[in-house]
Amino acid sequence: MDDLVIGGRKIGSRLIMGTGGAANLAVLERALVASGTALTTVAMRRLDAGGGPGVLALLERLGIEALPNTAGCHTAAEAVLTARLAREALETDLVKLEVIADDRTLLPDPIELLDAAEQLVDDGFTVLPYTNDDPVLAAKLADAGCAAVMPLGSPIGTGLGIRNPHNIEMIVAAASVPVVLDAGIGTASEAAQAMELGCDAVLLATAVTRASDPEAMATAMRLAVESGRLARGAGRIPRRYWAHASSPAVD
Amino acid sequence: MNVLVNGDVTEIVPGATLADVLAARGVPERGVAVAVAGEVVPRAAWRSTTLRDGNVVEVLTAVQGG
Repeated sequence: MDDLVIGGRKIGSRLIMGTGGAANLAVLERALVASGTALTTVAMRRLDAGGGPGVLALLERLGIEALPNTAGCHTAAEAVLTARLAREALETDLVKLEVIADDRTLLPDPIELLDAAEQLVDDGFTVLPYTNDDPVLAAKLADAGCAAVMPLGSPIGTGLGIRNPHNIEMIVAAASVPVVLDAGIGTASEAAQAMELGCDAVLLATAVTRASDPEAMATAMRLAVESGRLARGAGRIPRRYWAHASSPAVD
Repeated sequence: MNVLVNGDVTEIVPGATLADVLAARGVPERGVAVAVAGEVVPRAAWRSTTLRDGNVVEVLTAVQGG
C-alpha cells in the first residue's frame, strides 16, 4: 500500500492502534504485532497512578511510534497542558487531541476542541484531533492547521460502527488533510467500510483489546484496512436497481 | 514548608529544588514530564527550579490508553 503521510511524516501503516483496554502487556504485545501498526496511542497519567509503567518500553521494543492523547480533558486549557507534558515526556510533537464534553457520551466538545487545536498548532504541535462526524467542524480543524482530522464513527467504545457514513464521505470529499476514522469500530467489516468511504486510516482500540481473541481481531483489522483501501482504489461498480446478468444469454 | 506532589502533601526544606523532590520520590529521568503550578518544567530546568510553599507539582507518564 502507498504510505500514509501525516504532517510530513510517513506512517508505516494505515491502522493506528490504541493500547487501552488490554488485559495485560503480553496480550497487548501480541495484538499490536498482529495488527501491523506503526503508530499507537498512549494516555498521560500521574506517575504513581494505575495503568502500570511499561507500555512505552513495549512500544519502543516493537518499533512502534507513540501517539500521546489528551484523553480525560474537558477543557482546552487542560488539553493544552496535557499535550505539552506529553511532548516533554515522550519527546514527540504528535498529539491525538481529545477534548470531551461529558463522560456519558465521551463526545468531543467542538468549541473547546477547536480552541485547543489552534493553541497547539501555534505551539508547533502536529495535531490529530478526535472530532465529531461533522464536515463543517472537520474543515475548520483542517483550516486551523491540524495535520489530520479524526472523525468518530460512533461514540468511543460502543462498537456501533459508522452511524453516519454520508457525513464521513462529505468529510473525505472536502478534506485537505488525511482523514482517520477514529472510534466506534466494532468489527472488521466496519474498518473496511471506513476505508471504502475514502478514509486514509482507521484508529481503533476497544474492538481489538476487548475482543475475546485480541490477536485474531487485530489480524482481521489489519486485513480489513488493507482490503478497504484496495477496494476504494479499485472503483466499485455502480449500484443498480434491477439485476444485470453476469453470464451470457442462453442461445 | 509543604508542596503537593501528585496529590500527596510533601514536606520540603526551604530552598529545595524540583530535582530534589523528584529524586526523593524515585522519579525516573526519562519518560516523565513535570508541571509546577500548571506550567511544564522542562527536564533541563529541574535543578534550577526552587519550589515554594504550597506549589502543586504533577508528575506524569505514559500509560495504556486510547
